Amino acid sequence: MTDTMSTPTTPLQDTKFGKKSAGPVGWLDERVGLAGLVRKNIRKVFPDHWSFLLGEIALWSFVVLLLTGTFLTFWFQPSMTEIVYDGPYEPMRGLEMSQAYASTLDISFDIRGGLLVRQIHHWSAALFMAAIIAHMLRVFFTGAYRKPRELNWIIGIGLFAIGLIEGFAGYSLPDDLLSGTGLRFVDGLIRSIPVVGSYLEFFVFAGEFPGDLIIPRLYMAHIFLLPGLLLGLIAAHMVLLVYHKHTQWPGPGRTEKNVVGFPMLPVYAAKAGGFFFVVFGFTTLMAAVIQINPIWAYGPYNPSEVTAGSQPDWYMGWVEGAVRIMPNWEFTVGPEQYSQTFSLNVFIPAVLLMGLLFTVLAIWPFFESWVTGDKEEHHLLQRPRNAPTRTAFGVAGMTFYGVCWIAGGNDIIALKFNLDIFTITWICRIGVFLGPVIAFIITRRICISLQRKDNDALLHGYETGIIVRSAEGSYAEAHAPLPRDVAYALTARPRVPELTAAVDEDGNGVRNPQGRKARLRAWAKRFFFAHDVDKPTQADVDAAAHHFHDEVYPPHDLPDDFSGVSETGVPKQH
Amino acid sequence: MSPESHDEQPTDDVAVPARNDIEPAEPIENPGLPEHLPRPTDVDPKLAKRAERQVAGMFTAAIVLALAFCVAYFTIPRDAEVFGWFSLNLALGLTLGLALFLIGIGAIQWAKKLMFDQEIIEMRHPARSSDEDREAALVAVGQGVSESGFGRRPLIRNSLIGAVAFLGLPAIIMLRDLGPLPGDKLFKTVWRRGMRVVNDVSGIPLRPGDIEVGQLVNAQPAILFETDSHGHALFHGTDLLQAKAKASVIAVRIRPDDIKPRKGQANWDVDGIMVYSKICTHVGCPISLWEQQTHHLLCPCHQTTYDLADGGKVIFGPGHRPLPQLPLAVDQDGYLIATSDFHEPVGPSFPEVEQNRD
Repeated sequence: MTDTMSTPTTPLQDTKFGKKSAGPVGWLDERVGLAGLVRKNIRKVFPDHWSFLLGEIALWSFVVLLLTGTFLTFWFQPSMTEIVYDGPYEPMRGLEMSQAYASTLDISFDIRGGLLVRQIHHWSAALFMAAIIAHMLRVFFTGAYRKPRELNWIIGIGLFAIGLIEGFAGYSLPDDLLSGTGLRFVDGLIRSIPVVGSYLEFFVFAGEFPGDLIIPRLYMAHIFLLPGLLLGLIAAHMVLLVYHKHTQWPGPGRTEKNVVGFPMLPVYAAKAGGFFFVVFGFTTLMAAVIQINPIWAYGPYNPSEVTAGSQPDWYMGWVEGAVRIMPNWEFTVGPEQYSQTFSLNVFIPAVLLMGLLFTVLAIWPFFESWVTGDKEEHHLLQRPRNAPTRTAFGVAGMTFYGVCWIAGGNDIIALKFNLDIFTITWICRIGVFLGPVIAFIITRRICISLQRKDNDALLHGYETGIIVRSAEGSYAEAHAPLPRDVAYALTARPRVPELTAAVDEDGNGVRNPQGRKARLRAWAKRFFFAHDVDKPTQADVDAAAHHFHDEVYPPHDLPDDFSGVSETGVPKQH
Repeated sequence: MSPESHDEQPTDDVAVPARNDIEPAEPIENPGLPEHLPRPTDVDPKLAKRAERQVAGMFTAAIVLALAFCVAYFTIPRDAEVFGWFSLNLALGLTLGLALFLIGIGAIQWAKKLMFDQEIIEMRHPARSSDEDREAALVAVGQGVSESGFGRRPLIRNSLIGAVAFLGLPAIIMLRDLGPLPGDKLFKTVWRRGMRVVNDVSGIPLRPGDIEVGQLVNAQPAILFETDSHGHALFHGTDLLQAKAKASVIAVRIRPDDIKPRKGQANWDVDGIMVYSKICTHVGCPISLWEQQTHHLLCPCHQTTYDLADGGKVIFGPGHRPLPQLPLAVDQDGYLIATSDFHEPVGPSFPEVEQNRD
């Protein structure tokens, strides 16, 4: 590797490192031939930015889940056979419960460290989903999913979807009152599927709810099928990440053709490897001091009992909320003997909505590229403000999700704030449609304003905080041109394309055979780029430079790294 | 260094920053990578030494904490508590968590303060393969396909596609025994004519006098508490849970004047005592939040609200069907009994729920 500081002056084979490693390296390379791969990748460059850490949190919490989950399987018994509890937890002795629940009690009370590992596992699962969603939002709002990364985006959506199901399968396993209530919900959800609902229910539960096979089946899915899929998709996600090389923020020296950052070995090996321990340590500390899912407080599952305030894990909260605010639409068609009932009150929010979310997310990159006509490779990220319509769509989606999520806790909100639960439900019913529209409009306006602000700083300089008195006695705040690096970073973005109307007829009056589609596309493109503020032109920048040159202030004795004074008069630095 | 070079030599791709090696940009020229500024630890050996001690200190503390974990594991009893927390969980979690955390922080501190920190540049290549590769790949695939005769021998091709497609049938058929067919199971519960309504915990049969106006009592069918001649419970384990998932009921007493019975259910109450299914018709949660004054019953899961004075009608929330009512009478000993099973399916709706199965 070329490396100014560590280029050895003596040939490698004569150095201590070279002599020591020659034997093992030779042995291994003659069998697996890895040297070529290592040479290519060991010094691979990754750019640095805090937001690139979010996906890493998801990756490391998945590793923590694998480690802790393996530990839990040593004792957990995925059986719904009812036994009489005779373990160390006094209040439950003599109660009938499933082996699954009894063995979870054993892990919590009899196995030293079992409770800790259970709680690490649960916290990591919550963190895994949170990190996936945060990472997805980062990728969305910066346009990192654009060509050539659309497939990796879809893999990510797959990870998100499977992660949801995996989490649900996991917290259903202990067979306590709360998890059983969750399964009862799924039972109702499966029944709502038109035409085949009751058959599916009997197949999934091996008979009537709850049956005695659902937990062994979920266990298989939870520890084998779904983690296997997750592992495979994560591997594909990482391979594509390495192949594409990481996106980077625009800035001095950074272009679409290069990637600027630190090498895999040693910097990222230490930083990312260290970060695994940070994530593991953090979840362990949470498990030490913050209780999660105290199944012994809920009791064994009993279909005739439920606790008020039953809540799913946080990442299922939005589905729960959608189910709560859905109007009670249900209708029946057909003659009495063969009538079919459609429970849209459950089917739409619980089944269709989840499918809709993942479908919309998966097709977004292709939809956007169709609208903008952009088929280029992109490796430089966009600031959210520089794609106002996309950002507005994203925030609208987040608002929809957020309102659903709030609705999922409507009973808790009603109780804590002493509000009327029906009112909250109605506010959410309206808010779920109105909220996203308002969020869209506001977000787009904010983005456009921020674009104007950027242009303003580029052409009129930044406020130095220095008040200058002119010869006539008037006071004005001196502006100074932005440092070149900052100015460059602000303008390193593509220009807003020219927007033209679709051609309906050619010069001879022949209708364009694709007229409607083209018109729709032209309209969508106009909508997408409408009011988008372009960066200044060369002429604008030259004129501004000229203007600054003629300006009597700022005082010319300012140092290079000066960037204004703070309110307390202390000079700031970039 | 040549940015456009697509050759496979990785050495050509990685280089220390060159300030002018970039595409022209507008309206402001790309100024190139800012000059690398040394860190305090790069120029002051004392600070570097201090950072080294910090990192090693964190790693050493992790060793101590790992040992402390082992001590805690063997010395703290399982049931000891401190401030209402399980002592063992707290001690194991704090020692292990801090040990892991310190290793992580130490490694990151090492990278940030002491490792070579100049950013380097690697050139990207387009994701696509070269034109030659693409063409050669297509030629190779085309050659393989033509050598197989896949296109020339449609009989083989089509029958193979058919054979593999038909393998889907066994794969699907094999799943048939995942569970039985529903049959009439969703339409029936264990309630029968003459079965007593009993308290859900004690199993003691209820008399009308046990329930006051405004009161709600959780109840079950008596059969769930009965035993056979050997003293074994008739229902236990999964059978019991399945029976309870449909047969659980609530008994409420409402002033008879307030009751507006559903059509055909006029005499299903006993002096204002009515028994309703406890299972929500939305997604099946057991319902128990009872408002005495309004006769409203609220499901704690999704807030479907039923008016029990009005035939169990849904007055709010996502549930649709009214709560099924159990026809009620009093037997000769003065206990509440059912006069039949429910006349409609209980629990969440399903496609056949409105079919007439009598």
